[in-house]
Amino acid sequence: MTTIPTLTNPTAGRSKWQLFWTGPAVRKLRRNPLAITGLVITLMFSLIALFAPLIAKPSGDCLRDLNITSANQVYNPASGAFWRSIFVPPKTCYKTERLSFAQQPTVPDAAAPFGTVNGYNIFYGLIWGTRTALKMSFIIVAITLTVGIVIGAISGYYGGWVDNLIQRFIDVLFALPSLILTVVILTILRAGNPGGDPTVPIIVSFCIAGWAGYARVVRGDVLRTRQLEYVDAARSMGARDMRLILQHVVPNSVASVLTLAVLDLATVPLSVAALSFLGLGFESGYAEWGQLVEFSRAWLKPEYWYVLAYPAAFIITFSLAFNLFGDGLRDALDPKSR
Amino acid sequence: MLTFIIRRLLQVPVVMLVLSILIVGLTQLLTPQQRAAPYIRSDQQSARLEQIIRERGLDQPFPIQYAKWLGKTLQGDLGYSTASSKDVIPTIQERLPNTIELTLVTALPILLIGIWLGTLSALNKDKAIDQILRVLTIVGYSLPTFVLGIVLLAVFYGYLGWLPGAGQLNIINEISKGDLTRYTGLLSLDAALNGRWDVAWDVLQHMFLPALTLTIVSVTTIIKVMRNNMLEALTSDYVRTARAKGLSSRVVNNKHARRNALLSIVTLGGFLIIGLMSGSLITETIFAYPGVGQWVVQAALRFDLSAVLGFALLSALIVVLVSTVVDILYGVVDPRVRFD
Repeated sequence: MTTIPTLTNPTAGRSKWQLFWTGPAVRKLRRNPLAITGLVITLMFSLIALFAPLIAKPSGDCLRDLNITSANQVYNPASGAFWRSIFVPPKTCYKTERLSFAQQPTVPDAAAPFGTVNGYNIFYGLIWGTRTALKMSFIIVAITLTVGIVIGAISGYYGGWVDNLIQRFIDVLFALPSLILTVVILTILRAGNPGGDPTVPIIVSFCIAGWAGYARVVRGDVLRTRQLEYVDAARSMGARDMRLILQHVVPNSVASVLTLAVLDLATVPLSVAALSFLGLGFESGYAEWGQLVEFSRAWLKPEYWYVLAYPAAFIITFSLAFNLFGDGLRDALDPKSR
Repeated sequence: MLTFIIRRLLQVPVVMLVLSILIVGLTQLLTPQQRAAPYIRSDQQSARLEQIIRERGLDQPFPIQYAKWLGKTLQGDLGYSTASSKDVIPTIQERLPNTIELTLVTALPILLIGIWLGTLSALNKDKAIDQILRVLTIVGYSLPTFVLGIVLLAVFYGYLGWLPGAGQLNIINEISKGDLTRYTGLLSLDAALNGRWDVAWDVLQHMFLPALTLTIVSVTTIIKVMRNNMLEALTSDYVRTARAKGLSSRVVNNKHARRNALLSIVTLGGFLIIGLMSGSLITETIFAYPGVGQWVVQAALRFDLSAVLGFALLSALIVVLVSTVVDILYGVVDPRVRFD
């Protein structure tokens, strides 16, 4: 007589968090010092973005709109200004603090630790610019990702002529490199209202230019997932299309697109900055990275080093840190390299 | 093979047509007056605004508007660009050769350096040189084009004064440019063919910084892909067989492994050209290089719709043609690929 060995589940009794933390991918990522350094620096940038009002103190109109008289009042967590400045800062706070109207850069001092250019406080511009960059990035990636997943899932799940139509449409969109597509859409959207607030047109053009890439990836994964047995099992139990897509297929098909989206959180701010650098993004004086680099173009002599050095170092550090993390993440998730 | 080529070529006009419907369709968000602006060539003509709207059917339903637009476009009338104070087609004719010249000057070093360093990295896997190259690669692709361009401009033009900062020629040569017989449209080559080596040298000097910027940004991708391909090829069976029959490692590496690793570089070369084209928007603007990229940025700043539309069609045409050529070439270099 044969005895059936009792199967012990090696993961029994471990919380979801423990499973995540000790999983092969996370373990691999944890052991990659470069990736962890990158992650830590990236998190520091997120903190800078969130606590921008405490690092670069509000002034001028921003103070007025926060209903406070002295900038130091933002440090008092008991006051409403503290919370308001962090979570819902008035629009005027995104205007770079302007210390004078002189074009000539001034050297770093107590009021402007990174100096000024065109009278704008470079430090203020960089700190609040980080907030602008990450805010835009989260909004754009979230919308693009949602649209990409929905269209990709429809395309992959239903197949047939729906799939064919969507895929040929994506082929057409791919005929234009994304920067060019973004510029074209942005120009048309803004031509109707040239002086208007560029935030919405920028978001819309990035989303139109970006969703197709995500949709392609999701479609591929959905095509694979929908053929798995458990989906058939669910269907045989009477689950409808909607339930199958939302409960069974999509949750198991988004891993690779989520990785892609995380990596894009770093590339989108740089693209937005590049647009502003070209003059196609935010209006002059809006706290934003690309513009500060653009200002430095008129001051390329060694005595004005700070006009370029601080913004360049800031942007490159952000990009490098995120790429180190992203590289480690891709390595960790790549089944081939395990 | 032939049917494959014909079918791919037939797709080109279809893609262009659908894309133009999308872009022209997007302009429906504007008023007829705003849509008419691209066709006004002078102040006198602005009085004819209503007439232009009627002529081009800009207040008509979209299908009629599009049909009229298509008709004019096929006759070579893409409207007037305020950014260049010229019609769109002559502007492209004047500026595209400059962009092509910059792309050619950049693409070759990128491919050569990329293949060389990628191979080097793979052959010395996990040794010091591989580690250094991997870190440099990450640094390289982390550098945003616009920041790198400005930094190079500041260092080599602003601080050191070694290289010219902007444009394509210095003022004296700009004047003598008109005397050159233009054989190819590529200024440096034409200058050399005319025996004006000083002008050719001047052009190359002006192209150095934009080319360097594009090279640093793009070469990293080639290095990475080349390294991965080479590693894959080195562990394959036919390389082991070649080693087993006693061939020297130089022959194995260069003839067996590298040739196969080079296959996907053909595809990558296509992507590279497309990437360099969109990179040209930023580099040409930084270095005031008179190519199509600089023009379209100026045009976008002035909401010069005809220029932006024209440029979009031009780049789509280039992208579609390049990818068609790449697909065909890939079949030629890799006989395993079947055309069906």
